Amino acid sequence: MTVEKIENVLKNGKGFIGFTVAGDPNFSKSVDYVVSLAESGADVVEIGIAFSDPSADGDTIMKADLRALNAGSTTERVFEMVGKIRERTQVPLVFLTYVNPVFKYGFDRFLAKMQSLNVEGIIMPDMPLEEQAEFVTLAEKYERSFIQLVTLKSGNRIPKLMSRASGFVYVVSSLGITGARKKLTTESRAIIEKIRTLTDLPIAIGFGISTPKQVAQFDYADAVIVGSAIVSEIEAHPYDAEHYLENMVQAMKAAR
Amino acid sequence: MTSSKKGYYGVYGGQFIPELLVPAVTAVADEFEAAKNDPTFKTALKNLFDEYANRPSLLYHAKNMSTKLGGAQIYFKREDLNHTGAHKINNVLGQALLAKRMGKTRLIAETGAGQHGVATATAAALMGMEAEIFMGKEDTDRQALNVYRMELLGAKVHPVTTGTQVLKDAVNATFQDWTKRVDDTYYVLGSAVGPYPFPEMVKYFQSVISEEARSQFLEQTGRLPDVVIAAVGGGSNAIGAFAKFIDDPEVDLVGVEAAGKGIDTNQTAATMARGSEGIFHGMKSQFLQSPDGQIDPVYSISAGLDYPGIGPEHAYLKDIKRAQYVPITDDEAVAAFEYIARTEGIIAAIESAHAVAYAMKLAPTMSSDQQIMVNLSGRGDKDVAAIARYKGVNIHE
Ligand SMILES: Cc1ncc(COP(=O)(O)O)c(C=O)c1O
Repeated sequence: MTVEKIENVLKNGKGFIGFTVAGDPNFSKSVDYVVSLAESGADVVEIGIAFSDPSADGDTIMKADLRALNAGSTTERVFEMVGKIRERTQVPLVFLTYVNPVFKYGFDRFLAKMQSLNVEGIIMPDMPLEEQAEFVTLAEKYERSFIQLVTLKSGNRIPKLMSRASGFVYVVSSLGITGARKKLTTESRAIIEKIRTLTDLPIAIGFGISTPKQVAQFDYADAVIVGSAIVSEIEAHPYDAEHYLENMVQAMKAAR
Repeated sequence: MTSSKKGYYGVYGGQFIPELLVPAVTAVADEFEAAKNDPTFKTALKNLFDEYANRPSLLYHAKNMSTKLGGAQIYFKREDLNHTGAHKINNVLGQALLAKRMGKTRLIAETGAGQHGVATATAAALMGMEAEIFMGKEDTDRQALNVYRMELLGAKVHPVTTGTQVLKDAVNATFQDWTKRVDDTYYVLGSAVGPYPFPEMVKYFQSVISEEARSQFLEQTGRLPDVVIAAVGGGSNAIGAFAKFIDDPEVDLVGVEAAGKGIDTNQTAATMARGSEGIFHGMKSQFLQSPDGQIDPVYSISAGLDYPGIGPEHAYLKDIKRAQYVPITDDEAVAAFEYIARTEGIIAAIESAHAVAYAMKLAPTMSSDQQIMVNLSGRGDKDVAAIARYKGVNIHE
């Protein structure tokens, strides 16, 4: 079995991307949860590599990072975990982490490892356009996607961001950090329309999306990304979240 | 000093921030470039320095101490005499003026010891802006007096309860607040750290220290100092004290970092002694971290030096061997704190006492016709309670 390209799995415009932190609450459960997300219908799973100072994340994910670090998370252990995941599912995977753990592992070595484990892409919220050159060149060498984030403030930076984009485009729905929000605006609609004129890549939207109703609100994106809501289920049911994750993913998929 | 790329010092520096903040940070960089070349801005800042902040600060010959130690002549650059009691005000007045120029109405800042928070609250009061200060919960406890000072000045203080609850976590929280509210808000970063343009801008505003000191030395002694010593947290008072001497190779530059309980323990904040290259808080620099790139919890008696990183230009100055960095323990700093209180009648900040402690080691190894400048970055009123606690003295009846 081979892993499908992200571009292809998100093509039908009804995509769902789920996020979980590797090692939350421990490494064996974490493998099960990624598999559950995939088997319940997530088209792509985003795996967070815990960082001590996750500055783009709100309370929910910050606490999950801490649980994972307490469970002994290291970059090497996350790779081992992905190996185990790959024995059970071929769902496209992307990493989400901060630049420092990747830098310390070595950009080249990290990307080589991603290639050997069939991890399609990576999101690093603290590596903006200005600092990407070296990493993006290496990502191309290893045929890995570097996923660009576009925000409500990106404005005239969007064409340049799109010229470097691969995998999918990650539109950040609102200002601030990750975490559930009661209300989300649809300011992102105009941005997504602009992006469509510049790229054929699928466009996913994330940050703060936690209910099927909110998922439905973003029908103009090709995929929605749900993180904190999934992490909250794992926090509430650390050792038996499978069933809750299944229900959540199915409800959210149904709302697409 | 040559840099490979704008915002870089050798391999260090850069702008590692979320896409969401890039437009805001770029706007600050553009405004700073414009302001720096605008005579109106420069005059306004000079007036604030001279008429509000009590500049120039004295260069004081510490004769008692020099005689007692029996070596080099020791001079204190008295940043402790500035309004609000530390060098922090230099940077804050500059950045607040810049924020005003950009039409911002709300200032946010991180603070460790509370000095930068007090300075930011002060500038906000003066210039009619809102101020919100983020401070690690542990620091709000050990620097309670400064919390109340900020509140008296009309600022709102947010205790930060995430992570290790000290300075690095306060920086995280302030950046997060900025991403939530970028339009009317300006982040007054308090040290020579973070993404470009902050390290360069903070250096620019703090350079007034060495600009004055250089001419004061020439005027008072007829020559430059042989050594300049400054404590290093993020490195703002140190880079300000070094700046105008960097091109004088005969002046040795020494940064003093907090060793806490010792550089061989894990209760330390000695980044240069124990750290490695990394990317954090918007910059590539040296950090205390695990081999995996997780940022270490750090420790020092000094809340202002309790930081796991250092400004990128310092990392560069060390690499090219233009400056050296030495560790001083809690015990040594407290001894120096007491020593200058008794010999010179000056209660200096515990941060500055780290620099004094190194001068006490170095002076006796030099000759009496040599001279040392110690940057006395702040006054120690804020530390009195903590020192009493450290000594096991109960000052609360
Ligand atoms: C008096 C004083 N000195 C030094 C420092 C350390 O900061 P920096 O290295 O940026 O000068 C602080 C920080 O709070 C301080 O209050």
